[in-house]
Amino acid sequence: MTSLLEPPVTSAPPKVGRLVDQFEKGLDAPICLTWELTYACNLSCVHCLSSSGKRDPRELSTEQCKAIIDELQRMQVFYVNIGGGEPTVRSDFWELVDYATEHQVGVKFSTNGVRIDKKVAARLAASDYVDVQISLDGATAEVNDAVRGPGSFAMAVRALENLSEAGFRDAKISVVVTRENVDQLDEFKALADKYGATLRITRLRPSGRAVDVWDDLHPTHEQQRQLYDWLVAHGEGVLTGDSFFHLSAFGGEGGGSLPGLNLCGAGRVVCLIDPVGDVYACPFAIHDNFHAGNILTDGGFASVWKNSELFRQLREPQSAGACSSCNFFDACRGGCMAAKFFTGLPMDGPDPECVQGYGQSALEGERTVPQSSVDHSRTGKRAERRTPQAPVPLTLLTKPPAKFCDENPLAGL
Amino acid sequence: MTAPGATAVATAQFDPGATWRLHPQVALRPEPFGALLYHFGTRKLSFLKNTVIVAVVRSLGEHDSVRDALRAHGIDENAERPYLHALRTLADSHMIVPA
Amino acid sequence: MSDRDNAVIESELIEESLVEEVSIDGMCGVY
Repeated sequence: MTSLLEPPVTSAPPKVGRLVDQFEKGLDAPICLTWELTYACNLSCVHCLSSSGKRDPRELSTEQCKAIIDELQRMQVFYVNIGGGEPTVRSDFWELVDYATEHQVGVKFSTNGVRIDKKVAARLAASDYVDVQISLDGATAEVNDAVRGPGSFAMAVRALENLSEAGFRDAKISVVVTRENVDQLDEFKALADKYGATLRITRLRPSGRAVDVWDDLHPTHEQQRQLYDWLVAHGEGVLTGDSFFHLSAFGGEGGGSLPGLNLCGAGRVVCLIDPVGDVYACPFAIHDNFHAGNILTDGGFASVWKNSELFRQLREPQSAGACSSCNFFDACRGGCMAAKFFTGLPMDGPDPECVQGYGQSALEGERTVPQSSVDHSRTGKRAERRTPQAPVPLTLLTKPPAKFCDENPLAGL
Repeated sequence: MTAPGATAVATAQFDPGATWRLHPQVALRPEPFGALLYHFGTRKLSFLKNTVIVAVVRSLGEHDSVRDALRAHGIDENAERPYLHALRTLADSHMIVPA
Repeated sequence: MSDRDNAVIESELIEESLVEEVSIDGMCGVY
């Protein structure tokens, strides 16, 4: 039967413009987010962004974690990147991963490989919707273990071997680019190819324990150029987590942006949920200044995401500040707020690694580097942290500490 | 992860006269400006930029052909080019598949 | 055409297109 109604008249719908412009205003729910499940870790990497080591006694329970997953499902957050610390040390890790995937939340988890034995690898190979990311910061044990601790390279490679043999496809190898490993980019790629994995390289930010080693570990200006050139020449099939958009200015005017949104997603499309339910703008910004709320005391995650004053501010148009006269502002957007904050630079000025060199001059001036009170490192002595400790055997880590001040992971056992 | 499935099948030629549907592994999340599509198998994210294309995509399986779906949403021959281009892009990414 | 012209055209094409694709890995702030 023919309808007597006219079909809806469609005037030209309003132009929406670029995805990036919509994202800068913030979405009603994150697209994906980082969820640090525990501050406990068997390693003590010198540059740990979350200053992990000791479990926090206030860590969320299994039921509290499931309630978060329920919220993420309702909000249609597409996936969570589960990390920590070392998330697999939690005895409910698999229960939570399964709960997430059963509730339409995809999972990628970030691990140093400690628990990826053949049995676990087989389980992973058989499951849908779970991705694995193995952390590695050197293509050789010499370079890697200097940052991550003795035996950590071997442990990561064993995990990659187990995954590959079990038929797990497309694991990720995640590398933080440093002064010491930037010459190994080709070797990293070869390692990924060898195990059927995808290489992911990301930016070293001066966050967490890295605040102490950033000056020595971050790539030099020449090395940043080297990295940019490598990405342009060999970066197809290499993920970057969009963390190198500050390098886009190397591409010259009108071109040369790296693939990705070239946008800071913090508080707009992504954020961090930490092991005690605190919500931060991003995992590189674990500090009061970037604290958006707590899921237990502020009415749950959705409420924090929507109503946080910090997030409201981040979703407003950001002023270019001192960068407004720079021709490359459009590409780099002033860089990374965590990088600026933890080097003591002003938020409305250049990124410390500004490729035009404006950050370098700022670094040479007077600055106060902030410390975060959120520190779960096993050693309190900052001088000792520049050398990674030997890994702690896992059997010591399954029991939560009786008190916060239990430095010794053996306490209570 | 097991094989995503979508990539095991060669991309079907996009025929607007045929019946198509949203891939079962795709989540569609409405937004004020349109919608986000996330494919759990390929892990690709697509952004639909107006509410009309969103309505068309959601209704694809209910119409005998893509063209029928477009007409039902007021998109006539003069207006269909950008919509067909968008749908072809979605087909190439396996966000929509032959029904 | 200069690189700048190409970039402007590409940007316009993206603006006019009804679909934009991005990798879920391609947004900064997640590990």
